[in-house]
Amino acid sequence: MKLKLFGAAGLALFLAACSDHANKNVNTGAATQQQVGPVPGSEADLVATAGDRVLFALNQNTLSSDAKATLDKQAAWLAKYPQVHVQIAGNCDDRGTEEYNIALGERRANAAHDYLVAKGVDASRITTISYGKDRPTAVGDDEASWSQNRNAITAVQ
Amino acid sequence: MMSSVKPLIPDDDAARLASAFSRRGFMGAGVAGGLMATPLFAAGAAHAQDAGAAEITVDQARTAPIPIVLPSLGSGVAQQITDVISADLGNCGLFRPISASMPQGTPAFATYKSMGARAVMTGKVVEQGSSLRVEFRLWDVLTGKQLQGTAYTAASQDWRRIAHVIADVIYSRLLGEQGYFNSRIAYIARSGPRARQVTRLAIMDQDGADSRYLTNGQWLTLTPRFNPANSELAFMSYANYRPRVYLFNLNTGQQRLLGDFTGISFAPRFAPNGQSVILSVTRGGGSDIFVVDLATMARRQITSSGAIDTSPSYSPDGSQIVFNSDRGGSQQLYVMSASGGEAKRISYGHGRYGSPVWSPRGDLIAFSRIANGSFSLGVMAPDGTGERILTQGFTVESPTFCPNGRVLAFCRQSAAGANGAGFATGINTIDITGFHERALPAGSASDPAWSGLNK
Repeated sequence: MKLKLFGAAGLALFLAACSDHANKNVNTGAATQQQVGPVPGSEADLVATAGDRVLFALNQNTLSSDAKATLDKQAAWLAKYPQVHVQIAGNCDDRGTEEYNIALGERRANAAHDYLVAKGVDASRITTISYGKDRPTAVGDDEASWSQNRNAITAVQ
Repeated sequence: MMSSVKPLIPDDDAARLASAFSRRGFMGAGVAGGLMATPLFAAGAAHAQDAGAAEITVDQARTAPIPIVLPSLGSGVAQQITDVISADLGNCGLFRPISASMPQGTPAFATYKSMGARAVMTGKVVEQGSSLRVEFRLWDVLTGKQLQGTAYTAASQDWRRIAHVIADVIYSRLLGEQGYFNSRIAYIARSGPRARQVTRLAIMDQDGADSRYLTNGQWLTLTPRFNPANSELAFMSYANYRPRVYLFNLNTGQQRLLGDFTGISFAPRFAPNGQSVILSVTRGGGSDIFVVDLATMARRQITSSGAIDTSPSYSPDGSQIVFNSDRGGSQQLYVMSASGGEAKRISYGHGRYGSPVWSPRGDLIAFSRIANGSFSLGVMAPDGTGERILTQGFTVESPTFCPNGRVLAFCRQSAAGANGAGFATGINTIDITGFHERALPAGSASDPAWSGLNK
């Protein structure tokens, strides 16, 4: 499950969620899938219901209003499934040095962690990790890729 | 929620690797104990050994590489030894090897002088069962005097080691400084798609030969660093999704966790006396620097800025550290007493500064600088003066000094382009003056760490 997060499927879902038009497609898809059943409380359910990731500006760990909206939905989803534990993975673009980026990724994961805790999620349900610049979501080197790679991704454990 | 807790040893085949190491005597039992050097007396009274100081400086040799005649020591392994000596001297940029046939008796200095040569090597290789005896002499072409005469005896499998030792002797006798060819580089070997690269702890000779994997790539593994005895690596592993610093014993292949911190432990480096490791540990939105005593595992926290303090590196006398921190807003270099206290910012150029490392000579700190989306690799004095950029690129980082401080190895990566296809990562070396950058034949690799001279 963890592996899938960083794969093309996760990216496609994320990119689709970027525009309202695409969002409808995702909803359509989710509705279709619901007949088969996206398992409630699963990773796929989190992605479809709340979105699994928030993005950050260059060298920043400040949560944007978009990021807060996503985390609000994650908090609500986590309230619905109190047995679920998650790990938040912080990531960076490759325009920083390796070791500094490990700490920067953790700082981002920590920002998402603290927000969820402030929204009532029990801290014992959330762990954090950082992959620095070593697990990019988008493999390109341009601003479009870098902006995808500055993130904190929530994964069901 | 971790469903299963696996043992601390991250790689399944650690035991297999360990047994392989002890079989072949991984650090070279034959090297540490078995390389015997005995003097060869000067051939003939007219050629008394010259113990005088070298007349050529490294600065001069950069401009005009020293022409040296390196006749073949023979066929088979003797030729291979000749080739390694020639490659070491030629690749460092300070020598111009000239091949020739081995002279009989005393070299014809007049002939070599007319060729413009400054020095000539003579010698022979005698295979004695499973060991080799290499007789080596170095001559000053201008004076006709023998500068060095030594016979090296070692296990046949250590022939490369003998070649590097001889190249180091030539370097040292002609330039008046210790060489660095008898040393190794630990690194991270990378393979697979960029979004999820397989990373293996690996080690090779400084010339790229004899490379081998130390871990099997199951977990993300980063930043190996040698201890001063070259017998152990500190490195970071994501074993069991718990990114932490481990120690890898090169004699046994055994790995062990270093300390048990709550946060992510990373960016390890040994103290110059080998008795402790300095590293960083994440806490909240930042990371603090700790020192872990290897005998007692006691830890001492030496920064607590609340910001990201990381990449600590000791001065060679162990009294100070350089590290990078964003305590002032952006990532910059700071120097501080190794026991903590007030840190002094030393980087003031354009951009952010990271991955600092202190030269074994003490006089320079190498670093990466990031400005306008691209990287530079540079050096500055420990007080921040004299900043010089040596090379630039999309990514140039993780500098590491060779044992005599004259050369840096570092990681160079190319931009992936929009679709990721252009990504390449490798290890290059460059002279600290910015002269003579070249790629090491390490394949897809990053995170180089140069050992000290092999003992």
